[in-house]
Amino acid sequence: MASLYRQILNWLDERFGAGAVEDFLRHKTVPIHRHTIWYYFGGMTLFLFVIQVLTGILLLLYYRPTPDDAFESVQHIMTQVRFGWLIRSVHSWSANLMIFTAFVHMFSVYFLKGYRKPRELTWITGMLLFFVLLGFGFSGYLLPWNTLAFFATKVGTEMAGAIPVLGKWLLVFLRGGEEVTGATLTRFFGFHVAVLPGLATVLLAMHLLLVQHLGMSVPPGVERATAEGRATARVMPFFPNFLLRDIIGWYVALGVLGALAAIFPWELGTKADLFAPAPAGIRPEWYFLFMFQTLKLLPARIFFLEGELVGLLGFSLAAAIWVVVPFLDYRAGFGRVTRFFTGLGIFALGFIVAMSFLALW
Amino acid sequence: MATADPPQSAGFRPGRRWINLLLGSGVVASIASFIYPAIRYIIPPVVGESPSRSVVAAKVAELKRNTGKIFKFGSRPALLVRTADGEFKAYSAVCTHLNCTVQYREDLRQIWCACHNGLYDLEGRNVSGPPPRPLETFKVNVQGEDVVVTRSA
Repeated sequence: MASLYRQILNWLDERFGAGAVEDFLRHKTVPIHRHTIWYYFGGMTLFLFVIQVLTGILLLLYYRPTPDDAFESVQHIMTQVRFGWLIRSVHSWSANLMIFTAFVHMFSVYFLKGYRKPRELTWITGMLLFFVLLGFGFSGYLLPWNTLAFFATKVGTEMAGAIPVLGKWLLVFLRGGEEVTGATLTRFFGFHVAVLPGLATVLLAMHLLLVQHLGMSVPPGVERATAEGRATARVMPFFPNFLLRDIIGWYVALGVLGALAAIFPWELGTKADLFAPAPAGIRPEWYFLFMFQTLKLLPARIFFLEGELVGLLGFSLAAAIWVVVPFLDYRAGFGRVTRFFTGLGIFALGFIVAMSFLALW
Repeated sequence: MATADPPQSAGFRPGRRWINLLLGSGVVASIASFIYPAIRYIIPPVVGESPSRSVVAAKVAELKRNTGKIFKFGSRPALLVRTADGEFKAYSAVCTHLNCTVQYREDLRQIWCACHNGLYDLEGRNVSGPPPRPLETFKVNVQGEDVVVTRSA
């Protein structure tokens, strides 16, 4: 068995240098220290992304992206197609868990200063991937064409329209017209199944190549302890040792997804009616709740600006700072931890959690 | 060895610069001509709004006192309210905050937006919550059995 494997490998090696691929895989090691657990969340996000691609392709076999058919086709998937309820519920649950693990991955990298030199580009490609994931979430939410999604899309695109100068153009571009209509559904479908997957593939390839090339980041505290001789630097090979541990996690995740889909199948709601009032208790997906709640609390006018514009500018500014934080916190590149940036992270996390809970009350 | 440049190349240099400039601007212009239609394609054509300035929103008998009804006015939703006094009032149903569709709250006797908890009074004025501007109001005429709503000029 082992010799057959060797024979195949040798055959491939003679043709394109398969040994180089193996060397490439064996090149990466994973540091072992008390924060090692956080290294699993990137891989988990990637695994859930693969689940999204696979279940998404399956949903495409039956989904129809027009305002007359979209809701009915999802209903058909949920009630008529064998295991349709499972595929669609796994797609929805996996999407939400993926956003959650991406949040965990992002904040753990932030607090462990994984973004510092030379990993600035890894952080930036990661942040762009995160925005792409939010785009997937926002565009995918509309596709079942139900009431909640219809109003969430109205509000979300209206916010884009509030951006100075470019806003109007952006609103028409996103909606495919002045209002949220069937044209919007067609566009969002295109974004969801073509534009965003293309972007995600390119960004993901860059992100993974950078991680592979630079190796895993060791937190400054652990680095210092090793340098001062208080701890010894231990590593394990990524391939196969860490990957096998990853796979155990993925296997469990698959079980959790199946259980969630079976016990809590994703709701469909009522079909969107363009001429019905927004229903009471309307709110966006949980990962947009903190923005939703902030908009709700902001007064109509702050000085001479409209409240929504102030909120939008605030969030844009915060996101921009978050993306370029490796360059602002350049001292971290020398292994120095600046309290300010740790505090900023705690504030951001606290704000998101507090506002989300407030929205659920 | 270092001076091995063919002697005529010095004479060609200004010409080459010209050729580079012409080729370069040609390439840039052609790329612009490829991209321009694509950008224009992305922006959808404007579909003319329905020219009618007035619409029959409801029958008089349809609405009880202290109730409201959403009706279609052109391509947008609008709200017809019959107040507790029996008077008819009409507004745009598009919330001035973030574009949600408002509704009449019989318990508050006010117009409410469920999305971010905005409130308007029966004159359409934004009285609480995040809406920055009042709702657009329309003229209402009762013609026989019909309640006719007209956009003011």
